[in-house]
Parts: sequence; C-alpha cells; structure tokens
Amino acid sequence: MIVELGHYALILAFVVASLQAILPMIGAERRDPVLMALAGPAATAQFLLIAVSFGALTYAFVTNDFSLRLVVNNSHTLKPMLYKVAGVWGNHEGSLLLWVLALSFYGATAHWFGDQLPMGLKARVLAVQGAIGAAFLAFMLWTSNPFLRLASPPMNGHDMNPLLQDPGLAFHPPFLYLGYVGLSMAFAFAVAALIEGRVDAAWGRWVRPWTLAAWLFLTIGITMGSLWAYYELGWGGFWFWDPVENASFMPWLIATALLHSAIVVEKRESLKAWTMLLAILAFGFSLVGTFIVRSGVITSVHAFASDPTRGMFVLAILAVFVGGALTLFALRAGALEAKGVFAMVSRETGLVVNNLLLTVACFVVFIGTIWPLVAEILWNRALSVGAPFFNAAFMPFAIGLAIVLPIGAVLPWKRADLGRAMKPFAGALALTVAAALLAYAVTGGVSTLGPLGVALAVWLVAGVAVDLLQRCGRGSVGQRLGRLRRLPRADWGRAMAHAGFGVAIFGIVTLTTWAVEDIRVLKIGESYDLGPYNVQLMGISDQPGPNYTARVAEMRVTKGGAEVALMHPAKRTYPIAGMATTEAAIRPGIFGDIYLVVGDPQDGGGYAVRSYLKPFADWLWLGGLMMALGGMLSLSDRRFRVAAGARRSTPVAVAAE
Amino acid sequence: MKRIAAGLALALLATPVFAVRPDEMLADHALEARARALSQGLRCLVCRNESIDDSDAELAHDLRVLLRSRLTAGDSDEQAVAYIVARYGEFVLLNPTTRGANLILWGAGPAALLAGAVLAFSVTRRRARAPEVSALSAEDQAKVKALLDKTPS
Repeated sequence: MIVELGHYALILAFVVASLQAILPMIGAERRDPVLMALAGPAATAQFLLIAVSFGALTYAFVTNDFSLRLVVNNSHTLKPMLYKVAGVWGNHEGSLLLWVLALSFYGATAHWFGDQLPMGLKARVLAVQGAIGAAFLAFMLWTSNPFLRLASPPMNGHDMNPLLQDPGLAFHPPFLYLGYVGLSMAFAFAVAALIEGRVDAAWGRWVRPWTLAAWLFLTIGITMGSLWAYYELGWGGFWFWDPVENASFMPWLIATALLHSAIVVEKRESLKAWTMLLAILAFGFSLVGTFIVRSGVITSVHAFASDPTRGMFVLAILAVFVGGALTLFALRAGALEAKGVFAMVSRETGLVVNNLLLTVACFVVFIGTIWPLVAEILWNRALSVGAPFFNAAFMPFAIGLAIVLPIGAVLPWKRADLGRAMKPFAGALALTVAAALLAYAVTGGVSTLGPLGVALAVWLVAGVAVDLLQRCGRGSVGQRLGRLRRLPRADWGRAMAHAGFGVAIFGIVTLTTWAVEDIRVLKIGESYDLGPYNVQLMGISDQPGPNYTARVAEMRVTKGGAEVALMHPAKRTYPIAGMATTEAAIRPGIFGDIYLVVGDPQDGGGYAVRSYLKPFADWLWLGGLMMALGGMLSLSDRRFRVAAGARRSTPVAVAAE
Repeated sequence: MKRIAAGLALALLATPVFAVRPDEMLADHALEARARALSQGLRCLVCRNESIDDSDAELAHDLRVLLRSRLTAGDSDEQAVAYIVARYGEFVLLNPTTRGANLILWGAGPAALLAGAVLAFSVTRRRARAPEVSALSAEDQAKVKALLDKTPS
C-alpha cells in the first residue's frame, strides 16, 4: 500500500511539475499575477510529493519488500540497516529518484527564500525548474520506474554490490547530486534572464548563492568519492580519469569558472553574456554527465547492461534543454549590454584568464572523454584515452591556474599596475623557490614534477597570506588584527578556498611522486622493512560479518623497536553477491599514511601482501574540504543576507566590498 | 572511484584477486621497473578503463606475464608494446597515439587555448577602449543636486 502511494505521488509530482513548467511561464508573458503566483506553491508541492515517493521507496528497502523488483536486485535481509537505507540510491532507479528529489528541493528553496526576487523572474525561474523536473520525472516513469512489482516475489534478494557496502555510499552520491542538480538553478536563472532580456548586478547577486551551494556540494562529493576510492580499492588510487569521474569533474570546472565570472557581473556589470553561457554550460555538462553515467555509451566495454532507450531519453532531454538554451542565448545575448570598462591589466582580466583556463581545461577533458566514441563512429577505430593523456593534457592548465591565481586575486578592479601588484610577492616568491629546491634536494632529485608541484602549493598558500596581510593595511598590530577580523566573510571564503587548492596540489603531488610500494609473499611470523618501519605478519584469522566472511590479518608495525600500530587488513567474501572485496588497513597521519593490503594464500605457503607509504596523502582531501569550507564561508556573507532582507527594509545600496 | 562508480551503475565485476602478484614479478629490479611503467599504459581489455597494472582480472595477469616475458627476451620498451598492440589492437593503449586523426585529440587543447586567448584578448581590448559610461544625464544630475542640497550636512 505504502509503495503504491509512493508510486502515485511520483505520478502526481510529474503532473505538478508539468503545470509548474507551463502556467507561470504564460503568466509571466501576460503579466498575470495569479498564474505567476502558482509557481511557488507548485514548487513546494512537487518537492513534498517527491519526498513522499522517496520515503515510500526507503520504506520498501527497510522492510525488505521483495515484491519490488528494485529491492530484490539490490538488497538482502542480512544486509546491514545502514546499507538498506543508503542502498535506496545505490542503483540506477533509486539514484534517479534522489536526483529529482534534490532538483525539486532546489526549486522549492527558490520559492522559500526568493521573496525579494521580482515576480516575473521568479515565475520564469520556477517554470524552467519545473520543466527540468517534468522531463526527468517522465524519464523515471517511462524507462526507470523504481516501483515496479514482481508477480511472484522471491524469498530473498540478490544483495547489493559489495563495493558499495561502505559508509561512503551514504554520503558520496547525495552530495554529488546536490551539486549536479544545484547547477540547474544557475541554468534556470540564465534562461529566465535571457527570456526577459535583462541582466544586471542584482541578477549576479541572486544567482550566486545557488551556484556557490551547488559548487560546494559538488566539491565535497568529488572529494569524498576520491577518498572512498583511495581506501576501498586496495592500492590507494584516488583519481582515474574514468568517464564517470570526468562526468563529475567537467561541471565542477565550469561551475568554478561561473562562480568567478558571476563576481564580475555582480561588482562590475561586465562579462554578462559570457556568464550566461557558463551558467547554461555548467548544467549542460551536468546533463552530459548524466548521459555518460546512465547510457554506458562511452564506457561501452561490457560495463552496463543498460537499456539503450534510457540513453536516448537522456540525450533527448540534453538536446532540448541545452539546445534550447543555447538558441535562446544566440538570439538574445547581443542585447546584454556590458557596462563596466576595464583595462588590459585589472582584476577583471585576471578573472578572464581564470575563466579561459578553466573552460579550456574542461574542453580538453570533454574531448578526451568522448574521443573513443568519435573515433569509433567516424573512423571505425577502436582506441582508448586513459590517464596518461589526461594527465599530460590537463596538467598545464592546473599549473597555469596555480601560477596566475595569487596575483590575479590581489589586482584592483578596473585598472591595475602589474609591477606594483607583484611587489608584495617578493617574499612569497623566495619562499616558493626555496621550497622547490628543498623538495628537490630532500628527495634526491629523482623527479622534477614533484618539486614543481610543491613549489606551486607553497606559492598558492603564501599568496593567500600576502593577500590577507595586504588587506589588513598599515598601523599597529591591534589595528591590523581588527581590520582582519572585520573582513567580509566572502574574503575569508576566498582565502580558504584558494589555500585549499594549494593544499590539495601538495597532497596530489607528494602522493603520486614519492609513494613507496612493496609487494611480496609473507608467511606468518615473518617481517620486512618498509621505509623507516618494520612490518610483521602476526597471524591470520577468519571472522564472520553480517552478510560476509572476512579473512583478517594482524600486522604489527614498528619503528626502531617501538610499536607504531597494530593493523588489520582484511579480505571479505560476500557469498550472496558472489564477490570479494579487499579492506585495506590504513594508519592515517599528518605526514603520510601506512597502507596495508592482504591478498590470497600463495602456493608455497604464506600470503600476498601489498604495502604502501603514502606521504601527505590526507592533505589532498583536506584541501578539497578547505575549498568547500571556503564556499560555505562565502555563502554566509552578509551581502546575501542583506539582499534577502532588502525588500522589507528600505532599499539600501549594498556595500560594494 | 571508477570501480565504485561502475558498481553504482550496476556493473558486475570479476572477483578481485590481486593486481600485480608477487609470483609474476621479475627478479631483475631494473626490468621489473620497466615492466611496471609500461603496464601502467596498457589497458586491461575486459575492465573499465583500468590499466593492467591496476587490474585484478585474469586477462590483465596474462598480459603482465606476456609483457614480462617479452622484456626478459630482450625486447626494447617500444618492441614489447608493439608486440602487444599487434595482437590486441590500438585499443590496449591508454595513451593514445599521435597518428592520424588522433592529432585532433592532442591538438584540441592547445588550439582551444589559443583561440580562447585571442578571443579574450580582443574582447578585453574592446572593453579597455570603450568610453567610460557617461556618469549621469543632465536631468539626473539636477535631481542628485536637489537631493544633496536638501540633506543637511
């Protein structure tokens, strides 16, 4: 019964979303306040209906309702409760339901917090949101319905893919989807503004909070996914340039560019058309990502047993929304009058360079991702584009960004003097060179890329310090600290995010350049040296789990005779799913991780053991979280709250910075 | 993340064993290091975008052994890779060649950067040369003056 209610709510949500897409748009065209006012309640209703539907599916998973096909294919009575709940989105249909739940949530927030939006703009934004929602709800109902029943329910289910039975599943997809889908708000605002033909500084301020929120969720989602891969896959890889990963990375790159160009619209009323284009592309790439993940076209090698109609459906959605928006853009962009004037050297041009590097980097990732498909279609040539290509093609852009960033961030608006802006960076530059030389010397000069990466990381963090130091001006220490404390939150957010970029680069470079690896056969009682440590295999035992059995090794790590850690790498066998997973034992540390994996028993006795030292590994994810925290700080800035209350009080001008 | 994503997309994977296994490694460290470096650029044909160095699949194991046997037989890096490409096709190369149409792939980034830079430069220069926005019309200025005069300083 509850499942039928959920199914019914989903159908109703489709109807509501369709109405939300059509009526307010007509209302905005005819200046009919009644039709326009429908948009808000419709958005709330759509969200509540999808939430009911989501709740019903969760209920079916929690209560092991094996009359549902989805539950049979992805669950089992013995599966731990955490994965029964998180398992709702551990499959195509359920994850799509989470997707539309997030989408309708964003639409509803535009209603709940959008009091100050002009009525016409708000109606159009919500109508575009409704249209996206209707398209995806149709996609669900016609090709991927999670509520399909089975005529003869089995006694138990097939269990979920064991790789997914990890706490990571509870957090990674929801954050990723909140990010992907949040970009639909920027898209809706752009389309609404293009229809109205008016973009001003206020538009920049309205669209920014949603873009920031989407960006920070996407940052957290990608960071957590990479951490999950690091500890789950058994050898410490964290990024593979797989099409599915690129699918999340491309919208992130464009969203990052959008965040920066929206600042120019907000503060200087320039780059309007460009910002519109980025807003369309950001969500466009998020749809491209959906297509890549759900169709399986690009990763064709026997990966997805999915239905080609799904791919066609998403492609049609992509064509209608992105094609439509780009057509609208082509027709209307000329009318967007740029106001702000800026010189060749200015904060504006700094941000243009940022945008150029980010969008071209995204383009490179895009080309690499679709190239196997293009080559197959055009030249019937089966080829692969893997990590070596992406590393080589992407790295120059990351390096360029890191070099330019600290200087671009301190340039004044409108007109700047490059020489004068560079002057305070003398100390930072010296520090950077020193760090590079130190890294080169300490590691014996085996790598040039490593020291370069360390130098870039130091340069970025030192650049942030220079920026903050400049912002607190002259005077006594007390005055300076006071000024520092009164800096707007957005400035702190910027400092945090930029420093996070540096910290992440540091983690990536040290982890990939100076990791130590050891592969060997080890008998019980034997030991070996791993860097400064000594590792001994104490014993192996079998331990039962809820829906698996584990073979757990006990390994003692010592340094100079003193025990550092007792670690328990394991291998789990999931009999129901018929799969095994390796559970690495990781001892995290500020200076690096010890990473141990135990494998199968060997013919001559003993076990295969892999061990790694991963220097500064955790800095990578720390950097990612710092970037997200920067986004949060920026989101809490006063000017958004002031803008939110502007309608109730007298319309005061918002302080420029 | 890829395999997790694959799992998310309901791909069924072969039972993981272990990527590079101790028994397949070569005693000669220099040769083994070459084999490791090469195998990172070769694709496991039955996996999703995984190199044979990372993959647990049986086929990847076979390819690793094959590669090592070629190196021990005295092949250079190029010869060993060519040997495998001749048998499994261009598809095994994770690093695409620069032959034929692949030049477009490799050239796309630099070309886009150049085009973007030219475009950005011309737009910026136009912005730089654009006349300063006329501050206020005469009528508006009169209004401002009236307001300012009214306000007690």
